[in-house]
Amino acid sequence: MALLQAESVSFSYDKSVNAVNGVSLSVNEGEYVAIIGHNGSGKSTLAKLFNGLIKPDQGNVIVDGFSVLEKKDTFEIRKRVGVVFQNPDNQLVASIVEDDVAFGPENLGIPREEIKQRIDFALSAVGMEKFRRSSPTRLSGGQKQRIAIAGVLALKPKILILDESTAMLDPQGRKEVLEVVRKLNKEQKVTVITITHYMEEVVEADTVYVMNDGEIAMQGTPTEIFKQKEKLESFGLDLPVATQIAKKLIERGVAIKSDILTEKQLAEELCALKLKI
Amino acid sequence: MKDVAFGQYFPTKSFVHNMDARVKILGVIAYIVAVFLVKPFHFAGFLACFLFVILATAFSRVPFLKVMRSIKGILFFIILSAVLQLFFNTKGQVVFSWEFITITDNGLLNAGFIITRITLIVLGASLLTLTTSPVEISDGIESLLTPLKWIKFPVHEFALIMSIALRFIPTLLDETDRIIKAQKARGADFESGNVFKRAKALIPVLIPLLISSFRRADELSYAMDARCYSASKNRTKYKKAVLTYRDLVATIVVAGLITGVVFLNNVYFVLAVV
Repeated sequence: MALLQAESVSFSYDKSVNAVNGVSLSVNEGEYVAIIGHNGSGKSTLAKLFNGLIKPDQGNVIVDGFSVLEKKDTFEIRKRVGVVFQNPDNQLVASIVEDDVAFGPENLGIPREEIKQRIDFALSAVGMEKFRRSSPTRLSGGQKQRIAIAGVLALKPKILILDESTAMLDPQGRKEVLEVVRKLNKEQKVTVITITHYMEEVVEADTVYVMNDGEIAMQGTPTEIFKQKEKLESFGLDLPVATQIAKKLIERGVAIKSDILTEKQLAEELCALKLKI
Repeated sequence: MKDVAFGQYFPTKSFVHNMDARVKILGVIAYIVAVFLVKPFHFAGFLACFLFVILATAFSRVPFLKVMRSIKGILFFIILSAVLQLFFNTKGQVVFSWEFITITDNGLLNAGFIITRITLIVLGASLLTLTTSPVEISDGIESLLTPLKWIKFPVHEFALIMSIALRFIPTLLDETDRIIKAQKARGADFESGNVFKRAKALIPVLIPLLISSFRRADELSYAMDARCYSASKNRTKYKKAVLTYRDLVATIVVAGLITGVVFLNNVYFVLAVV
């Protein structure tokens, strides 16, 4: 059984237009899932539905056997599904890094000794041990967002949802956060659901869902999705830069593979090309 | 604007810094009581309080000048109350008289007494904020207020509100700075005109700030919910302040101060009789 199962979920903020309309998807343990879509496609609403911050009007979300519709299961679900939001400044609670990371475990009533272990674990997982006693206001955006991830990790979630968590960061900060998330997925086997509009972040994923007008418009591996340039563009989305360059090169008669997604793949292809000559 | 030191915390590692915040808060309250216990014109009691402040400053490793500087903020208030005493106290012997101004010896003594009293209180209180971070103070207050849970006072919520307010001060200062710059870039003028004009010019800064604060509060509440916040009784606390020998020593010294002040109040009396 899937770790997270959404069954034809619908949700409306104003009771007239559905922000999310009949979405069904399932996420398996250890999977890396990307949800993309332009502004207002309902992708961020999904994040809130997945950990019970808002309740579906229709349908259901089941996480590890717990239903978001059951009031008594709310905390069981939030323990399992951690969400990191867009603005790091608006999700840190305390003025000292370790106090902020401790906030989640404190809420669960975990004994002090274990909280300490969890802080150690969470801060080392995001590579911020050195800043344990610092004040978040002095940190960069990327560092703050890593602290926010640590704060969620301290709850030992099975699923980590990144709700446009890199949108407000500079390229360096974005890189830091993505590296941390990739490592968590590979080494700690944390299931990752990333909600983004940066195509470069999507290429890592096992499965990609494209949202449009509150519905899932496309679904598949990154390679499958990025083959369909016209369809993506009709949803207001672009191809990753490397894929665009590869496509243009192929149009000009350069003999390289058509399923290029990353700059690294592109570089390798071009080098191989030179070897052939 | 980020570097605006909030409060005036002076971080070093010292005897006073390492004390339990609760003991420091209670200590300062006891000290203020001691200052008020000094009977009028028993300046020996003030001397004892002053010695106490000097001793505490020495053990806090905060530069003495920095502590003294805290008086600057209320200088106007000190002068005002001294002047009022000087001119409007008509009891006692007249020592100076010109036109409608009369100054009596009683007025002089009273003015001196009030200046010393206010100065001593400010010195002691600023020593608390200099050696204790805002977070420690709010944790300390939470712990001290715990008994109020008996009368259903929401102690934990109160403390959380305090600490979140502290956490957001630098963030909002940053934001204010940004909005001011944005408005200036669009031709807003904050520097010219009289007080009312300038105050009015701040409206386009305050309104966006207010709106963004609400948005931040909304997002923060989602983030807190997502991290299982429920304000339940089962909440644990990661940091627990523990009392050390320092707190015992400080308590004894403060108790000594109060005893000394009461003693001096009476010794002076005995001397006066003799």
